[in-house]
Amino acid sequence: MKTLNFKIIAIAFIGASSLFVSCDNTDSTSESNTDQAARKGKKFSGTFVQQDQMARPAINTVFIGSGAPKDAFNASIPSEMGASYQGIFQSRLLALNSGYTTNALGQTAAQLTGLLSTDVLNVSKVAPTTFFDGTNVLTGRNAADDVIDVELLLIFGGPTGASNPGLTSDHVNSNDKSFTASFPYLASAW
Amino acid sequence: MKKTKMVLGLSLVAISGLIFMAADHADAPAVTGNASDITDVYAFQGQDTNNMVFVVNTQGLLSPGATAAATFNENVMTELNIDNNGDNVEDLVIQAIKRGDKMYFFGPTAPGTTGATSTVKTTAASGSVAISAYGSTPITATENGMKFFAGPRDDPFFFDLGQFKSILGGTATGFNNPGTDTFAGTNVLATVIEVPKSMLGTSATISVWAETKKKI
Repeated sequence: MKTLNFKIIAIAFIGASSLFVSCDNTDSTSESNTDQAARKGKKFSGTFVQQDQMARPAINTVFIGSGAPKDAFNASIPSEMGASYQGIFQSRLLALNSGYTTNALGQTAAQLTGLLSTDVLNVSKVAPTTFFDGTNVLTGRNAADDVIDVELLLIFGGPTGASNPGLTSDHVNSNDKSFTASFPYLASAW
Repeated sequence: MKKTKMVLGLSLVAISGLIFMAADHADAPAVTGNASDITDVYAFQGQDTNNMVFVVNTQGLLSPGATAAATFNENVMTELNIDNNGDNVEDLVIQAIKRGDKMYFFGPTAPGTTGATSTVKTTAASGSVAISAYGSTPITATENGMKFFAGPRDDPFFFDLGQFKSILGGTATGFNNPGTDTFAGTNVLATVIEVPKSMLGTSATISVWAETKKKI
């Protein structure tokens, strides 16, 4: 069952950030002659400034107040988000769920918002990809992962996942089109 | 009773002006309805598990009638940031930007400077792909061991946003079963990149985020 498994993998989840082992920037890839020729006539000069930023689903929309603060969050960079936003996220979490104590991962409000306020998607190169599959947590995000139910459970489900049962799943469990097994994976447009 | 307290809390949130447009579709005034608006980011192992796949979707909630006219913007670069040592600072970037009817890709390569300002890493060009037209078979390209796609796709995100708004507004106390997918029947402009894991450094885990960056 979802709830029990959440507890079991909590340690793996909390330990995820310590799994980075080394840094090895790859060499830039070589360019084919044809692409080089095609690219020569194109201009790519100039300076580009951040307009939007996103990793985990619905973080800005759930935790940041409307209007100018949303733009400010989108213009911020992950290494600075925790210091600027953890407190704001915690206030918002407690406004959403004033009865929050801990969640199914055993996280206090400060711990959950400390994780979420740095908006990066943790991805494993060695484990199966999932937002949460009962065993693995935050090893990436598949198109088919029911990410909203995971987030609702962590926000509203309480320490056992059983609190507020009307709020811990939206009961939309899959996409309206099937994904393809091969590149480019996403379904054709409607 | 707990539930009453929580509904009160939710109402306060609604009053304070929280407007929920999940995932990050139209999440902020400066980007809503334009090419800079990122709706979702995905990162998963490819069909060939030696590869990672990155998906960045923009311009959400496109109706079928509006999709053919939706275009990528030549002044907006999509940049995928990859941190492979756990400090939440990008060690590698993969950049995508439109020129004419093609999307050009650069990286993975170390950024010139980290942070909110970038230049296109033209010395690290990795390939290009013709932008697929609405309603036609997707055009993909394979260069330098990487695969590329850019064009309209079904929005893969699913959520009963309408009911969640009702809960926030205090007119409902919970979700319906079954729920209604607010994003059913809508499209996005997708950029999909498949990369050999060997090009992403040697760490077992990476942190990934997407940014749109506009030419100034």
